[in-house]
Amino acid sequence: MYRYDEFDRKLVVERANQFARQVKRRLSGELNEDQFRPLRLMNGLYLQLHAYMLRVNVPYGTLSSKQLRCFAHIARRYDRGYGHFTTRQNIQYNWIKLEETPALLRELADVEVTGIQSSGNCVRNITSDQYAGSAKDELADPRKYCELLRQYSVLHPEFSYLPRKFKIAVTGSPTDRAAVAVHDIGLRMHRNKQGEIGFEVLVGGGLGRTPWIAHTIRDWIEPEHILSYVEAILRIYNLHGRRDNIHKARIKIIVNQMGIDKYRELVEAEWQRIKDSALKVPAEEIERIDRYFAPPAYAKLEDATALLDGQRKASREFDRWLKANTVGHKVPGYAIVNLTLKALGKPPGDIDADTMDRVADLADRYSFGEIRISHRQNLVFVDVRQDQLHELWQKLDALGLATPNLDAITDIICCPGLDYCALANARSIPVAMDIRKRFVDVDELADIGELKINISGCMNACGHHHVGHIGILGVDKRNEEFFQLTLGGSSDQNASLGDRLGPGLPQSEVPDAIAAIVERYKSVRNDGERFLDTYRRVGIEPFREAVYGKDSEKAVA
Amino acid sequence: MALIRDDQLVDDDSRLLADDEALPASGKVVVSLARWQKERDALLARKEPVGVRLKSDESPETIAADLERLTLVELEFPKFRDGRAYSNARILRERYGFQGELRAVGDVLMEQLHFMRRTGFNAFEISGPDPLGQYRTAQAEFSVWYQPTGDGRETAINLRHRLAGETRDR
Repeated sequence: MYRYDEFDRKLVVERANQFARQVKRRLSGELNEDQFRPLRLMNGLYLQLHAYMLRVNVPYGTLSSKQLRCFAHIARRYDRGYGHFTTRQNIQYNWIKLEETPALLRELADVEVTGIQSSGNCVRNITSDQYAGSAKDELADPRKYCELLRQYSVLHPEFSYLPRKFKIAVTGSPTDRAAVAVHDIGLRMHRNKQGEIGFEVLVGGGLGRTPWIAHTIRDWIEPEHILSYVEAILRIYNLHGRRDNIHKARIKIIVNQMGIDKYRELVEAEWQRIKDSALKVPAEEIERIDRYFAPPAYAKLEDATALLDGQRKASREFDRWLKANTVGHKVPGYAIVNLTLKALGKPPGDIDADTMDRVADLADRYSFGEIRISHRQNLVFVDVRQDQLHELWQKLDALGLATPNLDAITDIICCPGLDYCALANARSIPVAMDIRKRFVDVDELADIGELKINISGCMNACGHHHVGHIGILGVDKRNEEFFQLTLGGSSDQNASLGDRLGPGLPQSEVPDAIAAIVERYKSVRNDGERFLDTYRRVGIEPFREAVYGKDSEKAVA
Repeated sequence: MALIRDDQLVDDDSRLLADDEALPASGKVVVSLARWQKERDALLARKEPVGVRLKSDESPETIAADLERLTLVELEFPKFRDGRAYSNARILRERYGFQGELRAVGDVLMEQLHFMRRTGFNAFEISGPDPLGQYRTAQAEFSVWYQPTGDGRETAINLRHRLAGETRDR
């Protein structure tokens, strides 16, 4: 993975020192809260319901065991012994003291991790495919481009006070695990006829209260022009993005107001002026970064199919886990292993400090000391030997990290909701917990198959409810929490926004509604057909009827 | 309100004219874009230095053809959260090659001074105690720059490969 050189290191230390000074100015009263707010946000520090929350970047979801141990230490020393992984492949701490943040950030800087721009109206953490570098279907490792963009966006002098936050995602695989179509900028790698790598550029996607699937603004851009093209998009946004209404300030609004053709025209004109400037990335810089992402020292192996078959026959649990949570690897004899943070009774994405340490140990032993974070709030070991899968499974099971539910109905994305968040309308975590209680039979999970539930506690959509196969949105109706269901959303290469099923339901009725949807799916699906594909084939009506009864027309009105 | 120009605390030798204020016989004046567009010829006929103040939604394009005649351009930050003037500053310097004084006015906080310098501003109206001290602290906080802007600082990418080249050549 990428390691800081002297320049990267120096910048992060300088930023930590600057923030320490800003905190001092705030504590002494030289800065008022209104002035301090954007400064602390640009370092990932929020004021939540009960305490400060700190969001720490995990650049494109790649983490070393040493960094994870530091996360554990931070959880113990500065928080209440746990952390929460988010849909931006970041970690959040919920119980932070303002006066302790300078020391905390210096400790993070020591292991090359920061909170820089994890919030604020600036370019946020660049996200990517959690399987990058190991995925079977990948054209090339997207992380070198992510790192290029990370450096480019850090403390950008022109784009630190944008109209609103700005999120960029990159995928190197045709199977999109990075949700690029719901980002402000999405970069989708392609290969041309000459065999060269380039990117399709998408712009104006996003969720929140006005969800949009991104438009393609350019079919092809060479890697050397990535920075200039992104700069052109950002400059046009900075100048034309709306600043009169915070809810209309994201790039998706101006792109759709102006029309993608007009926006493209402005971007292309700007790009022509700057494409051959110093923003053009020298080939040697791409090569320099690429060396950090050289494949680890894989052993020369054959696929361990016979061994695994025997182990699967001997243990149904292992068989289930293998089928559900492991994924094929580009190198023979290796596998990608998902550790879902979605065990029964635990808030999705939460992990305690001791478990973080154990996971770091296992990563050292089984996966070249590297851990990935997925935007679905799970952990991944991307380079595990197949002949060690059984051993690893036993150890994960002992830690409660072998629940066989990857992409299953209990692998729920969920925001912190009203239990923590100052913006939320409803408590999302209890809804996730209740649904999981409803689906405890692992064979039933396997039978239902891929069914992604995404829950947000308010319309800001941190839980990506619009793009859940089933989306659940918490709303406040006269001081009572209700939940609106949407069906048919997806954030993959065929991205779509969910359709609203009907009126909101009280929390107690949500698990029954989900169960009714699942039963209806089972009765109308074709053999081997995923929930999403069934939905796209049969439409919303059968599901509406399953939840609201025959009189569903009236219920919707 | 203090004025810092080219790293020094200086007296402001210019006068901001209200749109309805009579044009003084002599002295450096700064006018709004509207007034500049209306009274351009009269302002130039004075043979005195003149500047234009652009609001954050007023494009540098509007004065691009006149930049050689302007001593000073002021870009306004109506709120420090409004970041349009950073782009406008770069456009003035890098696209149109403006060489005169580029002044940040309005809601200018210490925390932004570094970014302002990076995007091409060389003058700043700052309030609060010890403006020069604030300015110097802000300018000294960083010594690494990732992005090429028009300010001539060498980016980390350049440094890396230049230094590596020099080591190879030795």
